[in-house]
Amino acid sequence: MSLALVLEQLLNGVQFGLMLFLMSAGLTLVFGVMGLINLAHGSLYMIGAFLCAAVAGATGNFWLGLVGGIAAAAAAGALIEVVVIRRLYTRDHLDQVLATFALILILSEGVRMIFGPFPLYLNVPDMLRGTVSLGIVEYSRYRLALIGFGLAVALGLWALIARTRLGIQIRAGESDREMIAALGVNIRALYTIVFALGAALAGLAGALVGAIQSVQVGMGEPVLILAFVVIVIGGIGSIKGAMVGALLVGVIDTMGRFLLPRIFASFLDTSQAMGIGAALASMLIYLLMALVLIFRPKGLFPAHG
Amino acid sequence: MDNLRKEWLLNALLAAALFMVPFWAWIASEPFIITLATRIAILAIAGVGLNIALGLGGMVSFGHALYLGIGGYVAGIAAHHAFHGTPILGLPGTNQMLPIWAIAMLFSGAIAAIVGALSLRTSGIFFIMITLAFAQMGFFFTLSWPAYGGEDGLPIFMRNQFPGLNTARPWELFLVAYGVLILTLGVFATLRAARFGAALMAIRQNPDRAAAIGISPFGIKLVAFILSGMITGLAGAMMADLTRFVSPAMMAWTMSGELIVIIILGGVGRLFGPVAGAAILVGFEVFFGGLTEHWKLWLGLVLLAVVLFARGGLIGLIAGRAQNG
Repeated sequence: MSLALVLEQLLNGVQFGLMLFLMSAGLTLVFGVMGLINLAHGSLYMIGAFLCAAVAGATGNFWLGLVGGIAAAAAAGALIEVVVIRRLYTRDHLDQVLATFALILILSEGVRMIFGPFPLYLNVPDMLRGTVSLGIVEYSRYRLALIGFGLAVALGLWALIARTRLGIQIRAGESDREMIAALGVNIRALYTIVFALGAALAGLAGALVGAIQSVQVGMGEPVLILAFVVIVIGGIGSIKGAMVGALLVGVIDTMGRFLLPRIFASFLDTSQAMGIGAALASMLIYLLMALVLIFRPKGLFPAHG
Repeated sequence: MDNLRKEWLLNALLAAALFMVPFWAWIASEPFIITLATRIAILAIAGVGLNIALGLGGMVSFGHALYLGIGGYVAGIAAHHAFHGTPILGLPGTNQMLPIWAIAMLFSGAIAAIVGALSLRTSGIFFIMITLAFAQMGFFFTLSWPAYGGEDGLPIFMRNQFPGLNTARPWELFLVAYGVLILTLGVFATLRAARFGAALMAIRQNPDRAAAIGISPFGIKLVAFILSGMITGLAGAMMADLTRFVSPAMMAWTMSGELIVIIILGGVGRLFGPVAGAAILVGFEVFFGGLTEHWKLWLGLVLLAVVLFARGGLIGLIAGRAQNG
């Protein structure tokens, strides 16, 4: 086990964490501002990936595809907010879970009807192919770009929320919905904008990850569940919590899968160590989430005191 | 006719239909329909289990597939060892349903005790998410644990046996499932009518008032959660025997979602809600699945409509609001 290998896995963990952050940011904003659990957030991720693959396939340009994927996810988000989600804000969590579960069924089948049952493939853009040397390790240029992209978007999101008028309204909405409506903010429009913003971030994540995985129906749900783990660990409604949670989950999951089988192999025979190590590694982040909830029931950075 | 009598009539009708349709199929030699009815009965048992936690106690568990899977794996592992004649932890395997059910309920009850004790420290969305997290742990554990098939699942070569019946015959297996369903419904009705049920429902409606009159919310909820997990575990063992196969898919989060869907479609907290819900779900799958490969789109639309516009489910639609909703 060389240092270069460990470093490579660590970078993979950070890259994975930053993509999870893009997913979690929307989810945590929507919960923080509107009090809504949105299971269909993974479907928006899927829509972003499919549209990116379709546009990139038709035009041969990845960046056009990326814009198409983000736009499609944001539009789909705004549409389902106006048609369905808006009716759920005053309902209890059970109704929200069920209605958005129904949306997953509808959106997954819808995408399957439009794009067919087979996975699409999305190529990494030419300028980001190959590897780049980082001193002791040769690292994938595309994955490194994803890290940069993730950090840039996180910075942009921070600026949006901390420095703009929309950001002030979002923060006000998180602490007191009725008050900002009374102050003359168009709360319905604000909700639609926040939901579409979250959807755009999910679509962006889907499109970016789509180039290193296959683009298929059902790709959103595993990521969705991880994003829920992230926001529960970080504290629901907190963007900072989502960032910390996403990096924790990304790095712990990646390093666990890499290190645990090797650690067990030092005192068990190889096949047994692989089995136990892999089984334990896949449970690690859920264990982390359970521990956080037991000791900090509102997550690491509780948004509402 | 008042709503209470309407609900009783509807319940009797559902119970009779679930018996008469496979009975007719038995006479007419239509084993496929008998198997469908058996699936409905077993899913309904799982639903009755969840209905104790969710319907009576208001605990939205998004991880009940865990108990279904535990029950399934108990049946699968016992049968696997019985088939190969190998011991497990020094004990022989078994192919008898009755001891398998007992072990399945014991294990799922024990896990539900741990999950419940930890999860009930939280509430609301956190409860939903932590129950989901525990189920995901089970899912990934079975997925990556190679001893019992891992990702590929574990087949049950010979269906486990029930004394006096031949479970290889669809009709006799149906009788077993139907009998257990009626027993479980009896347990649910008894619980709901007992002081325990009254306390549980009082806690759901207002935990502070319940505490003020001397009911400890945590203990009552935990017992309900354990009972709920045990019954769903029992259904899991039966489900494994019906399909003669267990796999991690039984613990997948979509399965947890389906169990909630069953209760919502039928009617939350209603005695026969899970029966109606399971019948709707399986019926929908078979009917629309035969018409179009995109039947899930229609299921989604119906579910959305029920959540948005018909909150009492089928039984609520026919028999009005719940008496103690």
